[in-house]
Amino acid sequence: MKKNDDILMKDINYLSKAEPGLSKKIIEEISYSKSEPNWMRELRLKALEYFIQRPNPNFGVDISTLDLDSIVNYVRPNSKRERSWEDVPEEIRENFEKLGIPEAERKSLAGVGAQYDSEMVYHNMKEFLSKLGVIFLDMDSAIKQYPDLVKKYFMHLIPPNDHKFAALHGAVWSGGTFVYVPENVNVPLPIQSYYLMGSPGMGQFEHTLIVVDKGAHFEFIEGCSGQNYSISNLHAGAVEIYVEEGATIKFSTIENWAKNTYNLNTKRASIDKDGTIIWISGTMGSAKTMLYPSSILKGKGARAEYTTIAYAGQGQHLDTGTKVFHLAPYTSSKVDSRSISFGGGYSFYRGLVKVSESAIHSKSSVDCSALMVDDISKSDTLPIIEVMNNESDIAHEAYVGRINEDQIYYLMSRGLTEDDARALIVRGFLDPFIKQMPFEYAVEFNRLIDMHFNSKIG
Amino acid sequence: MELLNIVDLHANVGEKEVIKGVDLAVNSNEIHAIMGPNGAGKTTLINVIMGNPKYTVTSGDILFEGRSILKMTVDERARAGIFQSFQYPEDISGVTFMNFLRLAYEKVHPEKKLSVLEFGDFLVKTADALKMDHDFLKRYVNLGFSGGERKKSEILQLSILNPKIALLDETDSGLDIDALRTVSEGINRVLKSNLAVVLVTHYKRILDYVKPQFVHVFIDGKIVKTGGFEIAEELEREGYEEVRV
Repeated sequence: MKKNDDILMKDINYLSKAEPGLSKKIIEEISYSKSEPNWMRELRLKALEYFIQRPNPNFGVDISTLDLDSIVNYVRPNSKRERSWEDVPEEIRENFEKLGIPEAERKSLAGVGAQYDSEMVYHNMKEFLSKLGVIFLDMDSAIKQYPDLVKKYFMHLIPPNDHKFAALHGAVWSGGTFVYVPENVNVPLPIQSYYLMGSPGMGQFEHTLIVVDKGAHFEFIEGCSGQNYSISNLHAGAVEIYVEEGATIKFSTIENWAKNTYNLNTKRASIDKDGTIIWISGTMGSAKTMLYPSSILKGKGARAEYTTIAYAGQGQHLDTGTKVFHLAPYTSSKVDSRSISFGGGYSFYRGLVKVSESAIHSKSSVDCSALMVDDISKSDTLPIIEVMNNESDIAHEAYVGRINEDQIYYLMSRGLTEDDARALIVRGFLDPFIKQMPFEYAVEFNRLIDMHFNSKIG
Repeated sequence: MELLNIVDLHANVGEKEVIKGVDLAVNSNEIHAIMGPNGAGKTTLINVIMGNPKYTVTSGDILFEGRSILKMTVDERARAGIFQSFQYPEDISGVTFMNFLRLAYEKVHPEKKLSVLEFGDFLVKTADALKMDHDFLKRYVNLGFSGGERKKSEILQLSILNPKIALLDETDSGLDIDALRTVSEGINRVLKSNLAVVLVTHYKRILDYVKPQFVHVFIDGKIVKTGGFEIAEELEREGYEEVRV
């Protein structure tokens, strides 16, 4: 099996790099270099205290091999935040061009943000959206231009003392995207942010904050990848999404970090009355991931839908899941979570549905299935459901199994090679997710499956 | 030279011998029926010809167009022109029948470069001939198909892939009389292109529609008697015990 699916990136020039590890001084320097307001500097320093106090998580992946003292937490490329790709330094632009980002922007996106290491190097949105009042900015600019709006929401859903890596994020966060969609505005095309990690041994900590105001509709895509190194990289981003009354967001993530990356990421959304969040989440990359996008259904009739996959190959341990908190009556959630493990990979589904006493007449259905492609791969599911009232309708199904050899035989009897047969079964299993992906990603993902299974089904 | 020539074939599943010395020669354009009681090993014989890895050939040979195929993988045999229809075909979730068949067609007939549209056209015409709803081309392979739909889907695949020999396993089981007629017409249509058929069946019913020139009685892992269509009639009248030599 061909194992090298790493991307090769061009070297770029840097303006500055922090010393490895964490200290008050490093954090003050980051804050100073960004000319941040006082409240943000204080938030960072408070978060640092939490980070020092908090223990590592006592579940999930083994992170004892991650040496946080050697991680470089801030790496600033020699580039400003440009609004035209022409102005982005050539090497950086080429790295994004290899990923097809500028092309996708021209074809099918309403806006694009592109982060290289610790800073956004490009951020632009179609003109007509500004006229509708849509705000799409890198976080640093948003803090300066909309201080009250940002302060109202920033790290309220994910407080810095939430867990150790939320604290780390709060202390050293850099880059990321701020989106505000005003009342009743329907953004007709998705906006995408793409995150690239190019430096060895660095940490990337982008912060995404999205507010979809009453009755608005919005679709956001985030993509991530990086160059593989022999030393560890760390990603501990945060995504906070506020869905106001009657609003809808579709939030898609295609995560393909390099295989040296620890991905310890936090995503959380609060959904108000009759609001809807649709999470589409694909975890393909990283060495180890812990990620459980959460939906807090706090308004009557709020809804959350999840279509997620974890795709764990050789050397990967992906501990992913979904969390839904039903806190109001008539809320509903639907989870379709699938995982593939192959080549010795390990995928673990960790799910939580909590229905509060007051969330009467709520509905939840959770369907999690895991497919192991060979004998050396592992899979587990741990769905937890807590229902505190008797007037809710909860359904749950789980499936863990191996590829059925009779299916392979059937497909081979139709002329497909064994590798093709496996790839086709894997694709079929992941079809509900692939169908939801943006077209370019779907094509790319099918290509990835072909490569991993040595198949040529195209 | 025969299209398929099976010579003193013995095969095991695990340690147990299940094919116990089979000789069978099949030419293009010939229809051979293999009849026998349940558990006699009829389906196993088909699986061994196709190369199912569950079975091990312990001695003898299978020649296809004069060459031994014992070392060929299942898909290589399929691409050489051997087709097996299944009594209980597997379902493949998430893969549409259309995409699956196009992929199979490209593998078996790499020389025919049909565009997506041309292939779609070809598929729809073939489905029409089998009185199959087009909707089913968009459904996942065999998933939620009724027994009759699965059989039709197998014969549709046979028609599309157009092999040199078809090994048909209990194609008549579970079909009502109308479906049986449609499926048989489907087989007969493919027969026009020099197809050889080995038809495994428990009952004579399908043989009234797909007329064999040769009928083999298969009991306990081997062919115990060979003759013409009259044997099928004899079996129907007297049962398998009477035919045992």
